[in-house]
Amino acid sequence: MQQEALQFAIRVSDLVVGFGRQVVIDHLTLDVRKGEILGLVGASGGGKTVLMRTIIGLVPRRSGSIEVMGRAVGGAQDVNSKKIARQWGILFQQGALFSSLTVRQNIQFPLRENLVLSQQLMDEIATAKLEMVGLSPDDGDKFPAELSGGMTKRVALARALALDPAIVFLDEPTSGLDPIAAGEFDALIQTLQQTLGLTVFMVTHDLASLNTVCDRVAALADGKIVAIGPMRDLLLSEHPWVRAYFHGKRSQMLQPKAS
Amino acid sequence: MLCEPAVCYLTCVNCLNLRLVWLRQVNRSGAARLRNDYSPIWKRNKVLASEPLLTATPAGDLLELRPAGSWTAANVVTLETLTAAIVPELDRAGNVRLDMTGVSELDTLGAWLLEKLSRRAATAGHRAETIGAAANYAGLIEELHQVNRRNPRAAPARNPLLVKLDVVGRAAAGTAEDVTIFMQMLGSLFLALVGVLRRPRSLRVTSLVYQLYKVGWQAIPIMVLITFLIGAIIAQQGFFHFRKFGADSYVVDMVGILVLRELGVLIVAIMVAGRSGSAYTAELGSMKMREEIDALSTMGLDPVEVLILPRIIALVFALPILSFIGSMAALYGGALVAQFYGDMGPAIYLARLHEAVSVTSFEVGIIKAPFMALAIGIVACSEGLRVKGSAESLGRQTTTSVVKSIFLVIVLDGLFAIFFASIGM
Repeated sequence: MQQEALQFAIRVSDLVVGFGRQVVIDHLTLDVRKGEILGLVGASGGGKTVLMRTIIGLVPRRSGSIEVMGRAVGGAQDVNSKKIARQWGILFQQGALFSSLTVRQNIQFPLRENLVLSQQLMDEIATAKLEMVGLSPDDGDKFPAELSGGMTKRVALARALALDPAIVFLDEPTSGLDPIAAGEFDALIQTLQQTLGLTVFMVTHDLASLNTVCDRVAALADGKIVAIGPMRDLLLSEHPWVRAYFHGKRSQMLQPKAS
Repeated sequence: MLCEPAVCYLTCVNCLNLRLVWLRQVNRSGAARLRNDYSPIWKRNKVLASEPLLTATPAGDLLELRPAGSWTAANVVTLETLTAAIVPELDRAGNVRLDMTGVSELDTLGAWLLEKLSRRAATAGHRAETIGAAANYAGLIEELHQVNRRNPRAAPARNPLLVKLDVVGRAAAGTAEDVTIFMQMLGSLFLALVGVLRRPRSLRVTSLVYQLYKVGWQAIPIMVLITFLIGAIIAQQGFFHFRKFGADSYVVDMVGILVLRELGVLIVAIMVAGRSGSAYTAELGSMKMREEIDALSTMGLDPVEVLILPRIIALVFALPILSFIGSMAALYGGALVAQFYGDMGPAIYLARLHEAVSVTSFEVGIIKAPFMALAIGIVACSEGLRVKGSAESLGRQTTTSVVKSIFLVIVLDGLFAIFFASIGM
């Protein structure tokens, strides 16, 4: 039992989340293994982002339990949550960079708040992170408003990785990027996942990234996980929504490769 | 557990728990023997794991660095001390070998500090090699080996005097720019107005009514309250001081003329600048940030006509009305104070007021209102359009908008005072 708990980065069990009368997440159970890249798919407005935001404690839940790296999240133990917060990095859909700080200051922000280290080392780490996500050190002095969409995502990823978290949550990391940039971003996530040993929880609609980077894919429909497993298992799934998702016109291009 | 003191400082690792142990060994054979002695102790240390350590063993011209324990961000204070302390040793030594076998945990920060050490040796022209890294950290070490190669040039420090001059110069140039922007906005507003006069259907009636409701109707309670209090305070001060000269009855003159000519409109204009002007700037500013204004332009619509004209027209209508209501409230406040503090009944107060003020006083006040409204509206809207991408810029522009419009309102009031004096009103 103990050993089993250790091998999961995130354990969500029997989770219920709703707003007013509407129930978005309905008794959902999901385990994310350590060191894997898990892709979460679901209909637009189907609760993917809500699930992610519930796990990181931004949305209150009605019932159920969430464990991150073996620690319970949210609820009464908010003090506890702050400790957990250092273990994860989050890439928001719009980047959510602090608009009044430069790129470098944005990356340094988690370092400055959580650690005691010299400015010189902080600068070096920030530049190292910038280069790790494929930006040039000169971009460090720019303000978020001066960045393109792809650069914003890279900077947001660098900030999410600033503290070398164990888990990274990515909310639609490749949305709004051209296929080449999206492909590069996928490769980047994969490289960083391997070098830093990350667990990645990725909400995405990008069939290509599901196919190339994700170790497992979970499908969210009607507030539940209806299918989970490697991509080829999901392609064989009989669930009507999953079939419609992966066998629709737009996903035909995946067929020859996957089967 | 304890080593022979003669052997080295190694004992410190275990017994004194010093974080940094330098092994100074003069002869090479001694160093070799040392390493043999060292390894079992070392392995015991590895079990402790969490506390980071860095040991340096010189062997001839080769300095062997053995980091150990958990080289992660959580231990950053220790790590920085450790690496800083080893630097002099490193500079004296020749080639460097980094033996990573003892490292139990490694993250970017730790890997970077180690990379910095080997890079320091490499830049001094020596050979630096890394051995024994665990397979899962090899990628990270390799990755950090690539980064930070090219440091961006630090901007040269500038002469503080020049910086001050620069600020002053930019502020002066900024004033000229402010005037230009004000004039541009006035001009485009005029153009939009002409357009609306030619095609009256293009006036956004819904928007205009909604803005009138927001800046006019909803502002009435607070305006009435503030002006009522101001009127009452002026009257109270008047009675308190004029009573000494037996000039009680002139308090009504003072309240009447002051409120109708100056204070009624001025107070209301300042309140409107703070209340509605700031709202305009923030609304337009956040629309600018979210590219809503660009979206309007690309649909072939003029943002001035759609967004700004209804807002400014609403202000121009609302401010005189608010000034009138405010003046009445102030006079009423004066009357109440006259009755309960100055022992002057309402009938006498009204009779005195009738003698003291004329329609001219009222006109002088109310004529100013639309001009002040125009100034407030133009400043608020043009500041809103100057908002850049950041949240900070939105705040700065909103502050600027309020400060500037209050300043302009007071300047306008002064200009009108001169104007009315010269035409004898």
